[in-house]
Amino acid sequence: MKYAYFPGCSANSTGISYSMSVDYMCRKLGVGLEEIPDWNCCGTSAARITDRDMALALPARSLALSEKMDPELSVFAPCAGCYSSLKTSATYAKESDENRQRLEDIIEMPYEAQADVVNILDILADPEVLEAIKTNMVKRFEGLKVASYYGCALVRPEGMCQQDSTENPMVMDNVVELIGGTPVEWSYKTECCGASNHITYPEASKPMVERIFRNAAANGADIIVTACPLCWMNLDMREAEVNKLYNREYDIPVYYVSELIGAALGGSFKELGCDKHFRPAERLFDHLQDVPATDAAAQKEVVA
Amino acid sequence: MSKIGVFVCHCGSNIAGTVDVEKVTEAASHLPNVVYATHNKYTCSDPGQQSIRQAIIDNDLDRIVIASCSPRMHELTFRKMLTETKVNPYMLEIANIREQCSWVHKNKDEGTKKAMDLVEMAVAKVDHDTGLFSTQIPVNKRALVIGGGIAGMQAALDIADAGLPVTIVERKPSLGGKMVMLDKTFPTMDCSACICTPKMSEVGAHPNITLKTYSEVEAVTGYVGNFEVTIREKAKYIDYDVCTGCGLCETKCPTKVDNAYDQNMSKRKAIYKMFAQAVPSKPVIDDQACRMLTSGKCGVCSKLCPTGAINYKDTDKVTTETYGAVVLATGYELIDWAKLYGEYGGGAYPDVVTGLHFERLVNASGPTEGHILRPSDGKEPKSMVIIKCVGSRDPNKGKAYCSRACCMYGAKHAHQYLDKVPDGKCYVFYMDVRTPGKGYDEFYMRTKNDGAQYLRGRVSKIYREDDHYVCLGEDTTSGHKVSVNADMVVLETAMVAAPGARETAGMFGVACDKDDWITEAHPKLRPVETHTAGVYLCGVAQGPKDIPDTVAQAGAAAAKVIGLLNKPSLESNPQICHVNTNLCNGDQLCKDICPYGAISMVTKEFRENSRKVTRTVAQVNEGLCQGCGACSVACRVGAMDLLGFTNEGIMKEVDALCQW
Repeated sequence: MKYAYFPGCSANSTGISYSMSVDYMCRKLGVGLEEIPDWNCCGTSAARITDRDMALALPARSLALSEKMDPELSVFAPCAGCYSSLKTSATYAKESDENRQRLEDIIEMPYEAQADVVNILDILADPEVLEAIKTNMVKRFEGLKVASYYGCALVRPEGMCQQDSTENPMVMDNVVELIGGTPVEWSYKTECCGASNHITYPEASKPMVERIFRNAAANGADIIVTACPLCWMNLDMREAEVNKLYNREYDIPVYYVSELIGAALGGSFKELGCDKHFRPAERLFDHLQDVPATDAAAQKEVVA
Repeated sequence: MSKIGVFVCHCGSNIAGTVDVEKVTEAASHLPNVVYATHNKYTCSDPGQQSIRQAIIDNDLDRIVIASCSPRMHELTFRKMLTETKVNPYMLEIANIREQCSWVHKNKDEGTKKAMDLVEMAVAKVDHDTGLFSTQIPVNKRALVIGGGIAGMQAALDIADAGLPVTIVERKPSLGGKMVMLDKTFPTMDCSACICTPKMSEVGAHPNITLKTYSEVEAVTGYVGNFEVTIREKAKYIDYDVCTGCGLCETKCPTKVDNAYDQNMSKRKAIYKMFAQAVPSKPVIDDQACRMLTSGKCGVCSKLCPTGAINYKDTDKVTTETYGAVVLATGYELIDWAKLYGEYGGGAYPDVVTGLHFERLVNASGPTEGHILRPSDGKEPKSMVIIKCVGSRDPNKGKAYCSRACCMYGAKHAHQYLDKVPDGKCYVFYMDVRTPGKGYDEFYMRTKNDGAQYLRGRVSKIYREDDHYVCLGEDTTSGHKVSVNADMVVLETAMVAAPGARETAGMFGVACDKDDWITEAHPKLRPVETHTAGVYLCGVAQGPKDIPDTVAQAGAAAAKVIGLLNKPSLESNPQICHVNTNLCNGDQLCKDICPYGAISMVTKEFRENSRKVTRTVAQVNEGLCQGCGACSVACRVGAMDLLGFTNEGIMKEVDALCQW
């Protein structure tokens, strides 16, 4: 299993825990990641509100480069924002030959638009990957209640993203259950975290963060897991702020789903980048127990 | 040599304004075999018709061309006129120089030229026409009504009252349909059951009505006046001739299952009557639930039955009978919203219910005896949210159409809730409020005055928090996002066609639209007829409507049926397809394309080159053929010909047009 890898700009900055843990997870699971040479900014929301052509062409360039590297590989963009931009551009190009040629003209590169764009949910929905997690798991969680938070960009719009449901997706919940966590049923799985308002209109975004913590807490979650660097940052960084502003005592660390899987696969606090969180993130490891040797052996046998 | 008369019409200034009718007449008089040409101000008028009749006598005409309006307008008029002359009514061609010429052109020279061409084509075709003669089709004086809801019952009663025998086929064990499940009817707040159940018993007791409940139509052959319909009556396991409907059997039945009649909010026994006032007032055994039928152990009802009516060995009964006319009244179901609206909980929340649930909850004979109690914990909801247009007017998730009755029954639900829970708060989310109808808008305004809070906007999400439901939405009149806490949510969901409606309609060669509503013959002028002669429709089967509209349409359909069945016989349409068996190669293309199932393949013996040969050829059922001509287009060897529109006749028209 191999993917062309589009790290995105957050991979080496605010989302470094994500890229470290994705990297660790993929190595352990035998999922090959080949970075697209000379990839560029996906354009994200900034391009989208400036110029439609730019919003479509920026990702198209990276996709064309990926094609040049290896036309067979699907492009994996772990960041939800990158995924959304890349997928939108690829979908546009696949819609008609006219669209595709238009993008070719802008980026001045050949672009066949054959490759698919996937996010981490697509990878985690693959039965082969789930099987690999089962086989390579050395630790499992005990008594950890996990609220899976999908945000907006991974599952929407419905026609473009091929997830199980736009309202109640279950991919992360299923993985969490596989590695011993207890998925929490809650109501804000796919509600917006308000990240794009944080600079321009913080009064609008703070209640959006607060309601996510409120609903997760009301449903008894110990931690929240995400698959988006922007959601993660927004929640992890703002918990204290929200607590102060609304006089609450939320105590819910936020993790990437890849950190959970990485921990179950044997990754350490530092290897997974958990030391780079804004708030202390040790809780995950308090709930981690070794998989009994017989269990692991038995599981391996079953797989064999 | 034929003798053709050409009559060019001015239609006042409708035609003469853009077409020089005198020039057209002059040109027509020089066409081959035209012995008489004239023009008239209004050809369709009585004097106009009289002048044609006179011209036929004076000039010994044997065929005529009338250059006037569309044949859809007056072809029948002129055919009728020809029946009083020696000219065969099918030796007539209409050149449409109004709709297809004068009305669409401004330039008189061009219009005149085109009118001449059209007349020349008609003359070329009529020269080739042959006389056609219709035959008489016998009419079986019995009607079949499919569906035993208010639409079907009303149609059946009206037909039966006219003295004609009617059979009703109803899929459920009892008549009543959806109406009998409702609590009150808007805007008068009549008790729905109180006006519906008397109709049910009237139908059940009517000497001219035969009831076939728990039955479905399985196959149909035949044509107008003579439909052979096969009906499967599912095994009821009760001998209805012996059963007195005492209900003793139900009391001791040990098996309880969800009661679909109460929207699964109550239980019923495995041997059950759908509801107390069911017609027929006799039970059936649910063969999926009955212990005796599933495991062979029990038999309690059989021991209790004082008349020995229970027969566990009962089987389905299949009968085939002939009917002259059919009414399709297959009704509707509510859309399966749970699959489509994950944002409303996708069916996971017990207190997010449909309007039909609410009808049962508020109904005195329902599971809560008319107290509005929420299904999850039986508590009275102190706040209720009503969401309209769930699945309606939502082409992305549900249906594009408006379900028409929901604005009114939504207002009714709000009114009923506020009436029964005086300290309760009711919020209604709406897109538009559409309340045309006698007394309807007054009812809506009254509901608002009752205190129902109408919010213009859609609900984006419902989720549970503690013991209430949070409804996130928008109030577009103020531009604010709103969040309403509700103890219960009622979704006024879209009506969709009953499952199997398309299949049932298809058996009669009747088409449905993309949403499976049965298509009427003309949306304005033939609203209760279908494209298949002798098959009529009424009620929601045609499209969403409320009870008064349904009843009115049922009466109209019944009038059509009575009109048809009162004829001693029907005149057949002679413009049907004809097989030239010499050319037919038996490739079945005509059979496959025929939308009316009028073509069958038969193996016949022929004499060819002084030898006997056996070949398979097409055969047209003259009763079923509607003369659409699809087969004549599909036939590769030209064996299929539509009489009155023969391949050769059309070629003559083309030839006439293409002469330069």
